[in-house]
Amino acid sequence: MGSSLLSESLLVFRKDLQIERRSRVAMAQVAPFAFLVLIIFAFSLDGDLATLKRLTSGLYWIAVLFSALLIIQRAFTLESQDGVRDALRLSGLHPNAIFLGKTAAIFLQIVIVEILLGLGVVVFYSAELTGWGLLLATAAVAPVGIAAAGTLYGVLTAGLRVKETLLPILLLPALAPLLIAATRTSGSALGDVAVDGWSWFNFLAIFALLYVGLGLIAFTPLLEES
Amino acid sequence: MPESPHDPVIALRHAVVLLGRFPALAGADLTVNRGEVVLISGPNGAGKTTLLRLCAGLSRLDDGTAHILGHDVMTDRRAVRRDVGYLGHASGLYDDLTVADNVVFWAQAAGASKTDATAAMHRLQLDGRLSDVPVALLSAGQRRRTGLAILLAQRPRLWLLDEPHAALDMAARDTLDQIIRQAAAGGAAVMIASHDHERTGALAHRALTLAGGHFVNADRVVANG
Repeated sequence: MGSSLLSESLLVFRKDLQIERRSRVAMAQVAPFAFLVLIIFAFSLDGDLATLKRLTSGLYWIAVLFSALLIIQRAFTLESQDGVRDALRLSGLHPNAIFLGKTAAIFLQIVIVEILLGLGVVVFYSAELTGWGLLLATAAVAPVGIAAAGTLYGVLTAGLRVKETLLPILLLPALAPLLIAATRTSGSALGDVAVDGWSWFNFLAIFALLYVGLGLIAFTPLLEES
Repeated sequence: MPESPHDPVIALRHAVVLLGRFPALAGADLTVNRGEVVLISGPNGAGKTTLLRLCAGLSRLDDGTAHILGHDVMTDRRAVRRDVGYLGHASGLYDDLTVADNVVFWAQAAGASKTDATAAMHRLQLDGRLSDVPVALLSAGQRRRTGLAILLAQRPRLWLLDEPHAALDMAARDTLDQIIRQAAAGGAAVMIASHDHERTGALAHRALTLAGGHFVNADRVVANG
């Protein structure tokens, strides 16, 4: 069962990345969108570098979250087209393998966006990256939480006619605690806020674990019923 | 309960399926055995697609009993789906992937090998240049052939085909007829919903008519080529 779950998860993961490789939506649309968000924030603050540097963590994670939302929307639009949802249910793939495979594919795409946005804040906001251990740990764990929660809410809304508008309404409030924790953690790493970054990182890790666990429990009935 | 080789593939007793509050199936009784090809006909809205979706484990049974390949549809729809191949009106294909990507993915998802997928594509004449074409660029007939190649690679024990000849050219129709005959000869059961009585009647061992969500004629034996 374990190896079958792993191999089925890898099959779904590879399929989602193959679709991205062929369509290039994440690279051609999501990455420019992420940069645009960073630049618009800079414009809205009159290019005040001192303010931008102070707000770098929060603006960075808001840009990550908005970009992740597009990636998640795209991941579930694919599964809603022309009978694919029925085909998935008929395929014999275990729903948990679909959950894990899709979560992993979304995770990887968010990590790529994180790296690009990291370069973006250095270039546009003149951010100086410090506290690398905490920064890297945050960049690795936060997208697990975003991807797991996104996959769960994605399947919840996938069968509905109003999925495009409902997903952000449900997902953004659910991810608000993660946004706060990731902002505090990276703010602490950059020396912008005086908080215990590793305590907030623990919160991030618990959030990610919670949503992975919740996904493994709830994805099967949601795929069946939605 | 373990499945016996003598159990029917499909056993419906007074099966009721509600779409909202409308009874799309309103007490259908049906038995289909291994190696049988059954044609289901009837007017639009008679319940043909709902019947196929119930047998595929995609629709919920609201009343009566339904056992497919020995599994109770009421309690274990997921178990039903493992050995069922369903070709509906929708293609079930990823538009951004090529024909080969789709056939290999869905074949492997069902536990079949890449070799099975390649052989199925060859049988449906989807190898060569067509295999690398994204599904979004295919004609309706080519999409249908891709869907059939996936079914062929998966080797289901129960084939559920909704208007399978639609959009296919003559050569592909002939190939499909051969595939159906071979599947039945190999012990699979095949249920076809179709308005094309001339074509599917020649394949079927029995023809049944659905109207208003239940069968209105006794089993009628038809010519079987």
